[in-house]
Amino acid sequence: MSDLTGLSVSGAREGLAKGDFTSLELTEAHIAAIDAADGLNAFVSKTPDLARERAALSDKRRASGEAGLMEGIPIGVKDLFCTEGVLTTAGSHILDGFEPPYDSTVTANLWREGAVMLGKTNMDEFAMGSSNETSYYGPVLNPWRRPGDNRSLVPGGSSGGSAAAVAARIVPAAIGTDTGGSIRQPAAFTGTVGLKPTYGRCSRWGIVAFASSLDQAGPMARSVRDCAILLRAMAGFDAKDSTSVDTPVPDYEAALTGEVTGLKIGIPAEYKVDGMPGEVERLWQQGVDWLRGAGAEIVDISLPHTRYALPTYYIVAPAEASSNLARYDGVRYGLRVPGERLDDMYEKTRAAGFGAEVKRRVLMGTYVLSAGYYDAYYLKAQKVRTLIKRDFIEAFEKVDAILTPTTPTPAFAVGERVDDPIAMYLNDILTVPANMAGLPGISVPAGLSDDGLPLGLQVLGKAFDEETVLRVGHVLEGAAAFDARPDPWWRAD
Amino acid sequence: MATIQGATGEWEMVIGLEVHAQVTSEAKLFSGAATAFGAEPNTQVSLVDAAMPGMLPVINEQAVAQAVRTGLGLKAKINLTSVFDRKNYFYPDLPQGYQISQFTQPIVGKGVVTLDMPGGERREIGITRLHLEQDAGKSLHDQHPTQTYVDLNRSGIALMEIVSDPDIRSPEEAGVYLRKLRAILRYLGTCDGNMDEGSMRADVNVSMRRPGEDYGTRCEIKNVNSVRFVQQAIEYEAQRQVDILEDGGTIVQETRLFDSNKGTTRTMRTKEDSHDYRYFPDPDLLPLTLTQDYVDEIAKSLPELPDEKKARFVSEFSLPEDDAGVLVAERERAEYFEAVAQGRNAKLAANWVVRDLVGALNKAGRGISETPVSAEALGGLLDLLSDDTISGRIAKDVFEEMFATGKVAAEIVEEKGLKQVTDTGAIESVIDEVLDENTGKVAEYKDGKEKLFGFFVGQVMKKSGGKANPKIVNEILRGKLGD
Amino acid sequence: MPLDKATVAHIAKLARIEIGDADLEALTGELSGILKWIEQLSEVDTEGVEPMTSAVQMTLRRRADKVTDGNCRDKVLANVPVDADGFFAVPKVVE
Repeated sequence: MSDLTGLSVSGAREGLAKGDFTSLELTEAHIAAIDAADGLNAFVSKTPDLARERAALSDKRRASGEAGLMEGIPIGVKDLFCTEGVLTTAGSHILDGFEPPYDSTVTANLWREGAVMLGKTNMDEFAMGSSNETSYYGPVLNPWRRPGDNRSLVPGGSSGGSAAAVAARIVPAAIGTDTGGSIRQPAAFTGTVGLKPTYGRCSRWGIVAFASSLDQAGPMARSVRDCAILLRAMAGFDAKDSTSVDTPVPDYEAALTGEVTGLKIGIPAEYKVDGMPGEVERLWQQGVDWLRGAGAEIVDISLPHTRYALPTYYIVAPAEASSNLARYDGVRYGLRVPGERLDDMYEKTRAAGFGAEVKRRVLMGTYVLSAGYYDAYYLKAQKVRTLIKRDFIEAFEKVDAILTPTTPTPAFAVGERVDDPIAMYLNDILTVPANMAGLPGISVPAGLSDDGLPLGLQVLGKAFDEETVLRVGHVLEGAAAFDARPDPWWRAD
Repeated sequence: MATIQGATGEWEMVIGLEVHAQVTSEAKLFSGAATAFGAEPNTQVSLVDAAMPGMLPVINEQAVAQAVRTGLGLKAKINLTSVFDRKNYFYPDLPQGYQISQFTQPIVGKGVVTLDMPGGERREIGITRLHLEQDAGKSLHDQHPTQTYVDLNRSGIALMEIVSDPDIRSPEEAGVYLRKLRAILRYLGTCDGNMDEGSMRADVNVSMRRPGEDYGTRCEIKNVNSVRFVQQAIEYEAQRQVDILEDGGTIVQETRLFDSNKGTTRTMRTKEDSHDYRYFPDPDLLPLTLTQDYVDEIAKSLPELPDEKKARFVSEFSLPEDDAGVLVAERERAEYFEAVAQGRNAKLAANWVVRDLVGALNKAGRGISETPVSAEALGGLLDLLSDDTISGRIAKDVFEEMFATGKVAAEIVEEKGLKQVTDTGAIESVIDEVLDENTGKVAEYKDGKEKLFGFFVGQVMKKSGGKANPKIVNEILRGKLGD
Repeated sequence: MPLDKATVAHIAKLARIEIGDADLEALTGELSGILKWIEQLSEVDTEGVEPMTSAVQMTLRRRADKVTDGNCRDKVLANVPVDADGFFAVPKVVE
């Protein structure tokens, strides 16, 4: 392993700028690292040739004095982002062979800023999952294991491939999407940093839709600073997305002042959920102490509808998904299973193309929207969603940011929760509320569990105030000084 | 009101129409693909229209403005907030698996269309609502033995669905309503109303009831694409329902298809297997909000509509209601009339446009835009008539010639020497000839058979080739006959 | 309210997903369990509360009526599972 693979985004940026190495060298190092980490199953498709080509072009640009925000830095891209001419599967059989003739706005922004794609990372099918076990391409394994225990753990989901790749240092950074916690939860499970921006901050155009009112793209990396760098390159107004908000994208790195003096940090009582392990509660308290020690003012707050966020999510997200996934019908792209009649073709294609969890959610979504049930489920959920958002609005009248744990537990074993959908859903209990309200949130690795696995702390902020979220996350990162690394058991070299 | 007399008594038709009118716009409702008719298959399709993964809708401002303009033309309430919903169902011509439409909160609310029935009765048909929605693509069933082919060129084109109240009571009224609605849309420029190209289609709801009683169960006949077919479908469907009711049966609520070859309707799907569309607000879009100022600006730009124009023609030009009605039926026709009437006798102009021009156009199967006689040319003819250059009878001949050749009146009159004779000497000699040739009749006239006067006039006109000025003929003739 | 197999079969039909008899039983149980868990929402008093449909508070942006897209049949058809002379093709539909 070359030491180039250990570099952060900011470190790579510096090295490239100084001419210590080229983008091609940096890219080659990561291509090799990815090849040596097949055991993690973090990628659905690797794109080494494309990466080399783009890295070489990047080196040329740099030589001619041009350099974007991500110039020459290779990244992993969740397979939910459409990438021109590159297989895009959303982790699903139903998108077999689909090569979009277009790039998503977010990936196009990154290429414009000079980033280089190493490949498409594995993910839960259509981003539905919290363990990366629903992928048609098989589960991703967490680079982390319990010390002295060889059992494979899940990396979290749905952006599990991106998280695992970042944690295993086979990519400097990656991008993911977060509909109910799909960036933050895997970040917490893998000891990495993951940021979900405000809904409307990053364009959804060209991202395979799961739940349109919740989906949001964001960066995953090994430091808060790296997330700040990536977000600036990813974000921005897009006229092609009617929910994209036309507001300036700040220099997020400038927000990393290390200073939180006078900031009011809210601690929501309701996030102390039933059965939360002592180690998680202790870490949360540790986070409170760190921020207080850094000069922040700690304020107890109440978000009374927190416990209803998850059941609300499991109405709204499946409802939207049931409709968003109707286009996968075997007619225009992807898998088609022949049928004698039209409906045979539809039903066989969708039966073969979708996995168990996707079917569950599509059926649940179909049910809650169907005649006679709309008011009781969907409309009710949208009203509760208003109350959840209202809780946050009221809280943010008193505080500048909110501190919570990211997940109620550390990573669990592969296979442990597949048969219990609700136990699986409960993973997202602390991350879902931010999606319901459209707010930004970051997960920062803050310590290890009693059995040696990473745990994350989550900082939530006001809409379009990613700067405060990053600033507080940065201070937590500094205080936690999380430097544990997984033992590279997967390495094939 | 059309009733059907059954053995058990009278049945009254209750009809409501849902008209799908294609919005006149360059690009589609939620994508930048073109809307032009007749392009090669799948060439006017964007990645959004083909529902590629990750594609998102962005609304076309013109479609919104056209819907508002139409709503104002239907004297309807404009809803300053409206919402786009997804109507979910699977069909090959619906690539998204849902149609973006408006369900609970349409852009336009209640309005009204006034019908002038032949015979002078005025009927008001309520408009329930107007909403914007996407058109579907086109399925072609005859291109391949085992496959249906799909062309998405139409997919995503903006439609206005205009829903009437169940106020229509006869096939005739349905026809008048459709023609009136089409006239309004064309005046407004919001839909070309071209039913042949599918720019306007109607779903027809028909039920029967005893006069004055509650509504019966209705059947919906889908996608009927001409005024005549709508009327045929209603005729057939009403009789079908009466036959069932008369036999003591009940009507099953269902969706039916019209077979234009046979003029019949048949079951498409019953209520039991009707779709459960699972409408919900489209999360890719936000509520559409308009300001009152925006609506007011559009209101200011509205043209004079058929009803107002007709009222003005009646009051300003003292035209008969019927003539005014014929003139305003098409915007171009009304404009043509006003151009002819400009600075001339409006009643005379109306007469010529209504009787002669429209008659000739109808006979030739042409529209007013294809008239060989321009408004200016017809005006020229009327000028020759008014200054006594030609007589009324000659004018008719000249008009026919104008219509056939496209020449102007003065040219034809000149060429054929059709100028009216006003020289009293010349007329007098013709009269003398006529009287000489008809001494017997002259005697009868003098004995009191006064109606022979017309005979003498006729003979004189005939002899003069129609060119003698009738007024002068009359005067001299009366003198000669000793009145 | 627990779901029965007939209801699940009906929604599977609406969603155009073929479910074998063997899977129907298990799926019915799973969906019923999830539904029961979701029903805790009925505890929440939502009297007079407006439903939320989007996380962003703004009015719908409108684009100009210009032809900016389409005319890309190759792209639109690039991924079709069945070639059909410039069309999309499905098993014959009889209306």
